[in-house]
Amino acid sequence: MAERRAIVELIPRLRRYARALVGDRAAADDLVQDTLERAWIKFHLYRDGTDLRAWLFTVMHNVHVNRVRAARNADPLDEEMPEMAQRGTQGDALVLRDLERAIVRLPNEQREVLLLVALEDMSYDEVARTLGIPIGTVMSRLSRAREKLRVMMLELPVTAKLKLVK
Amino acid sequence: MTSEQPVTEPDLQAYADGRLADARRAEVEAWLATRPDEAGRIADYRAQGEMLRALYDPVLGEPVPERLRAAARGGVRSGAFARAAGWVALGAAIGILAGWQLRALQAPARVAQSEGLSMARLAAVAHVTYTPEVRHPVEVGADQEAHLVAWLSKRLGAPLHVPALDRAGLTLVGGRLLPGDGDPARGVNLAPVAQFMYQGAKGQRVTLYVRTEPEGHHDTAFRFAREGGVRVFYWIDRNFGYALSTSDLDRAELLNVANLVYKQLNP
Repeated sequence: MAERRAIVELIPRLRRYARALVGDRAAADDLVQDTLERAWIKFHLYRDGTDLRAWLFTVMHNVHVNRVRAARNADPLDEEMPEMAQRGTQGDALVLRDLERAIVRLPNEQREVLLLVALEDMSYDEVARTLGIPIGTVMSRLSRAREKLRVMMLELPVTAKLKLVK
Repeated sequence: MTSEQPVTEPDLQAYADGRLADARRAEVEAWLATRPDEAGRIADYRAQGEMLRALYDPVLGEPVPERLRAAARGGVRSGAFARAAGWVALGAAIGILAGWQLRALQAPARVAQSEGLSMARLAAVAHVTYTPEVRHPVEVGADQEAHLVAWLSKRLGAPLHVPALDRAGLTLVGGRLLPGDGDPARGVNLAPVAQFMYQGAKGQRVTLYVRTEPEGHHDTAFRFAREGGVRVFYWIDRNFGYALSTSDLDRAELLNVANLVYKQLNP
């Protein structure tokens, strides 16, 4: 029962990625659950000795893309990602909260690449295989994602400086 | 700088991820050294990575809902399960697990918010107290850097390092000793605090506030706070708490400086 245990042990990583991918906690766990169920249905396609983690992330990618597509078809006006709920416990971590909001505004295909590199520490090759895209596409999406995020963070309003009394 | 190969955008991305071979990394570094805008951009990308991990790594430590465990165990499909994969995948999974457990251990713990905020506030107060000084901004000037470091290390009771911030266009003005926020009546946390002051070409000032942290404190990620007109990045790393304050740089610039400080203190 090696894989069963291995898959259970990978849940926290799937949840971390899903949280960053969809933002909302409950929606992220729904995505993880759908992924796990789908993984068992498709388990005969998993090839012995290959990277189980990468395979699960591929399954999650497919489930996620299908859901995004379905949501878009159901409600073409609802392209915007929902605004993040405020997190009271991080009142002072303004930058992180801003980042959280900026992340969900990235195009999905760019967000996936950035998160697999930054959170999962996947090599560019692994990302290419996981998402089924050429490595050149990985690099250009990574580059665009980072620059877009950087610009979003720079454009955030900076409160007016107070004059110091000397 | 003459490189064999031109530096490409993928090179820069790989450099930001720390994935270039040594020789190529050196070439990219040399290339960046003459292009401060590009260097700043890449530093921002690295900071993004740090922040993403600070933001999402805590998920790794959350209890796993039972519905997910059940889904991961795959219900009744044990037959298919037993036929597939085997020990090779288990080996891979153990490797992966060891990897993420290490990462989880390194994930930033939450510092009690009030403690961190109080450090940010004290640092901001010290900043506005001393940065307007023209004649006596510091007690010991940068011309006596060795003496300054030895003196402050002795008073704090721990070896200090003064980061060089020239890459952010800031030069060290010097440093001073400040009272800690301890309570003499209870005899706790009486160690004094060090403040280093830096100045840019246009007179913009940044101070680095360094204090020792009692044993048992957890490291934290960068936190940002605003105290009046002062922006502060603060964090706890091993035995020291750091707070970087400024009224003259914007948040992105200050974050860049914070990254420089962090990297030099964690070579």
